[in-house]
Amino acid sequence: MSELWELTAHEAQDGLRTKEFSSVELTESVLARVDAVEDRVNAYITRTDEVAREQAREADARFAAGTATPLTGIPFAVKDLIVTKGVRTTAGSRMLGDFVPPYDSHVYEQLKRAGAVMVGKANMDEFAMGSSTEHSAYGATRNPWDTDRVPGGSSGGSAAAVAAGECIAALGSDTGGSIRQPAALCGVVGLDPTYGRVSRFGIIAFGSSLDQVGPIGRDVEDVATILDGISSHDPRDSTSDPAPRPDMRHYLGRDVAGKKIGVPREYFIEGMENGVRTRIDEALRHLESLGCEIDTDLSLPMTEHALAVYYLIAPSEASSNLARYDGVKYGLSERGGSMWENMEQTREQGFGDEVKRRIMLGVYALSAGYYDQFYLKAQKVRTLITNEFREAFTRYDALVTPTTPGVAFPVGDKLDDPYAMYLNDIYTLPSAVAGLPALSLPCGLSEGLPVGLQIIGDVGAEGTILQIGHAFEGALGEANTLAPL
Amino acid sequence: MYDRAMPISRDQVLHIGRLARLGLSDAEIDRLTVQLSDILEHFEALAAVDTGDVEPTAHPLPLQNVMRTDSVAPSLARDDALSNAPEVEDGLIRVRAVLE
Repeated sequence: MSELWELTAHEAQDGLRTKEFSSVELTESVLARVDAVEDRVNAYITRTDEVAREQAREADARFAAGTATPLTGIPFAVKDLIVTKGVRTTAGSRMLGDFVPPYDSHVYEQLKRAGAVMVGKANMDEFAMGSSTEHSAYGATRNPWDTDRVPGGSSGGSAAAVAAGECIAALGSDTGGSIRQPAALCGVVGLDPTYGRVSRFGIIAFGSSLDQVGPIGRDVEDVATILDGISSHDPRDSTSDPAPRPDMRHYLGRDVAGKKIGVPREYFIEGMENGVRTRIDEALRHLESLGCEIDTDLSLPMTEHALAVYYLIAPSEASSNLARYDGVKYGLSERGGSMWENMEQTREQGFGDEVKRRIMLGVYALSAGYYDQFYLKAQKVRTLITNEFREAFTRYDALVTPTTPGVAFPVGDKLDDPYAMYLNDIYTLPSAVAGLPALSLPCGLSEGLPVGLQIIGDVGAEGTILQIGHAFEGALGEANTLAPL
Repeated sequence: MYDRAMPISRDQVLHIGRLARLGLSDAEIDRLTVQLSDILEHFEALAAVDTGDVEPTAHPLPLQNVMRTDSVAPSLARDDALSNAPEVEDGLIRVRAVLE
């Protein structure tokens, strides 16, 4: 008989509603699983067992009272840049090692309102800067499929926790691929929503024109259900889209025959692993068998510039956002010298290497004499990338690509070569730069490790990509998103 | 100017490090000079993209300025707002002198 922690969120909901088991039992099963595997995975920075037990009791009361929602009683991992009142929130940084937020983020408010259960705060690359979760001040997270390998990043703790059974579902955040890339490397499903769909209120800022919170789960239905639960207009985020949100689950199970899918050739480049290519080719045949019209004769020539555009714009925004860590208002505070000395000491102690590197890159791109050449140029090419996608979506319902060029790489492999690390995001950056929604879901294994399929949609077209993803998942058969740990 | 190689010099890295007030060590300056040069070299292709009359994108959505009514509502209590401050005095954050 399978354990409760192995269930998807919708399977767990079925069991909770029919009183087959209680939320307390489900939560205890997950907590016992965390006890059993966490020393090998390190998915969490802070465990919140007592919060989880309290919330599980409340969830059971809601099932008894008939006020449960589709997320009630579901144990979640919450990425540690999502601010949680009274629960330490570090963003993976020494800078916020003792930071206990006095308020809740919008998304955590939504989870609490829905009756969800928080198991812990998930590990991440410091301030979401990284693609391997090795840049965490709280130790690297390991990939549950092979603990000598990275889980991807920056939401590596969230994705690893879902794959290892250390939660049922998770929240991550995506700036240039930070949900989709770890979801792909850990063999789970992750969605980066359209920019503006999920409120950024209470999300520790990295790149404000790019950051977006999104769900990570064991199947497409779970991810759709979580998006419904966390996505609503929030007047506290001036970039929150006021448009109504259609129910994502309406799109699931609908026929995808006749859907036009473009496969841009720029995503099939040198450096892409053969095993990935094989799985993606198979995935395209699956989609064809579902009646989708696949067009591989598509070129998006601006794709090759997305990496430079992203790694100029995101660090520029980060250099501005992270200027707030000055040792004065909150966070680490080195004291004993002048104001300027203290500020330098605080940052020297508080920031890790990758964060310092990105701040330097951003300050350089924004500095007098280089602004036009780097930052402004990147913003203009960002327009061209966006226009190219916009034109493509007049002809296609969705674009399909690999999520990453390769499977999970060994721990330490790219730590000393920042540019090689950046290249891991090469397929997830273009849609992020354009603010488009994109889904990553498992499409099989290569050398025993998961391969991710990416489905990119037009602005606001989460429904379409979830519909296609759901049909694909069904055609592939058993999703098998739990790692053999 | 756009088409020539533009690795960053050690002096420039030192200057930027001071602007950002990161308190970088000499070893960090050396390492960052190599790493940032490598990264920026890979970005050179961007210069060749024709962006003649292209408008820059600061933001992916065509959002208008959001206005709200100026209504009185409860906000974070002072003690809560100060709960993470390193040094507090009389309900205020105590700071070092900016001007000596």
